[in-house]
Amino acid sequence: MAVAKVCGIETEYGIHVAGADIDPVAASSLIVSAYKDSNWGTANFDLSSENPTSDARGVNLDDYLDSTIDSKMLNTVLTNGARYYVDHAHPEYSSPECRSVRDAVVYDVAGEHILRKSMKNANARLPEGVEISLFKNNSDGKCNSYGCHENYLVSREIPFSQLATMITSHFVSRQIFCGSGKVGRESPSGLAVPHGYQISQRSDFFEEVIGLETTLKRPIVNTRDEPHCDSTKYRRLHVIVGDANMSQYSTFLKMGTTALVLSMIEDGYFPGNILIAHPVHAIKQISIDPLLNNTVLLSDGRRFTALDVQEALCERAINYVSSHDDIGLRHDEAQIIVEEWFTLLDTLRKNPESLHLKVDWIAKKKLVDGYQSRHHLASGDQKLKAIDLMYHALDEQKCLAKKLPLIEIVKHDEVLSASRIPPLDTRAYFRGSVVDKWPDQIVNANWDSIIFDPGNGPLQKVEMNEPLRGTRESVGLIIEQSNTVSDLLARLGTTSDFTDIV
Amino acid sequence: MSERVFKPVAKKQDQGQSVPAEEATGLINQEIAEDIESILDQIDEVLEVNADEFVKSYVQKGGQ
Repeated sequence: MAVAKVCGIETEYGIHVAGADIDPVAASSLIVSAYKDSNWGTANFDLSSENPTSDARGVNLDDYLDSTIDSKMLNTVLTNGARYYVDHAHPEYSSPECRSVRDAVVYDVAGEHILRKSMKNANARLPEGVEISLFKNNSDGKCNSYGCHENYLVSREIPFSQLATMITSHFVSRQIFCGSGKVGRESPSGLAVPHGYQISQRSDFFEEVIGLETTLKRPIVNTRDEPHCDSTKYRRLHVIVGDANMSQYSTFLKMGTTALVLSMIEDGYFPGNILIAHPVHAIKQISIDPLLNNTVLLSDGRRFTALDVQEALCERAINYVSSHDDIGLRHDEAQIIVEEWFTLLDTLRKNPESLHLKVDWIAKKKLVDGYQSRHHLASGDQKLKAIDLMYHALDEQKCLAKKLPLIEIVKHDEVLSASRIPPLDTRAYFRGSVVDKWPDQIVNANWDSIIFDPGNGPLQKVEMNEPLRGTRESVGLIIEQSNTVSDLLARLGTTSDFTDIV
Repeated sequence: MSERVFKPVAKKQDQGQSVPAEEATGLINQEIAEDIESILDQIDEVLEVNADEFVKSYVQKGGQ
């Protein structure tokens, strides 16, 4: 039976410094540290051995970092339950665990808000003429890629090889509605050409069908087995194949359809005849064809377009949702997902251009094509690549995605709230709430545990092995009524939510 | 979050009035021919700084 599709999104943001030659690790550190305000929580994940403030120019960025922050420990948990840190020379936001796909979108957009706020704060600290800009994209057009990863809770009962084979069909073809679009082509080996337009930011970078790597020889299905919860019951499927979306609608369908396909696999309902024969080749063939005509070989010898594959999966999902009770998602949300999915595929087949306010790659293509035509630019003109990049700018005044504007499904006040308050219905509620209430007494916060310093004895660790325990319903009152950490731990000891308080 | 229903948020149109996105879709489609010109104007404004130099200098260290 499908397990609850607890999910979330982690995003590495592109970072660009104008007016100074600052090391990107240092600039990313400044971004993360600049967020310090009432949302700032404390946590030590892994201590980095890097020295993020050393600058190739000899300028010490410590001058601009908050003096109260150790720049080597820019790895924190926010009061909304998210993790905010510097990773691989990029600022990264990992959303809290969400119980619904819509919440996953809300907390992803909250991440944009948090990064935007950080960017403004950081730029206010920097000398005139120096400016840091952030981008929610996945490629620099020069063969360097950085990720937007999704995570889904799945049952450990399903053999991973079976899960991987089946979900690959979706990963290869779903880009037709959740690709972010890209001007030019790149190869992981370092060959970039500025010509042409393709559907996905990321598809150029996949070289393997399955594997453990995330930075080299990237696999379509990542095998990282790090569930951050009870490993006897669950897996966390770590999805590295997707694009970062500016379109909330695309994010919603990307997450929603993937969650449903995973549930179908868990319930033995996946259409076994929809398997892609050569996924690494197929993902590129689909990406480079905005007309959606290219076909890919299925394992049974048929040739399908990405639309054919998606229609087969969607049709199966409609039957699945109507015939099963426990589907990993709430039924009302699953119903919305399949309806939107069906309508979207139908529109992609009949009138794809009309999706320019919903689907990133179609929106971006409209801007690129329109601009090229207006200024009679040749294919490969750098201005077209500039449009590609500026589509993803976090600066609202410069963000071209905001100019359209794309349809939004999340209200601004929800975003503000979600940047401070955790989801109420997952363990992120406990994490975010205690970080908010007792930030100075948390020695270490992690996805699946928190170590408290009660101040009057040994450190105490609270394990959180169940992603759906630690909700407001179960611990909200306890947190609210506890005046001290000792008080909290004593009260928690009487509940069944956290079995391991050591 | 308490709201469970997928509902596109009303978007502000140029006229300053809020229109639910579902209703607005048709409206926007009709207006897009005119709108794209104003959007292209805005692209010109955003790209007013040296676009070539920006593209050249946008170099990222690889991530995950």
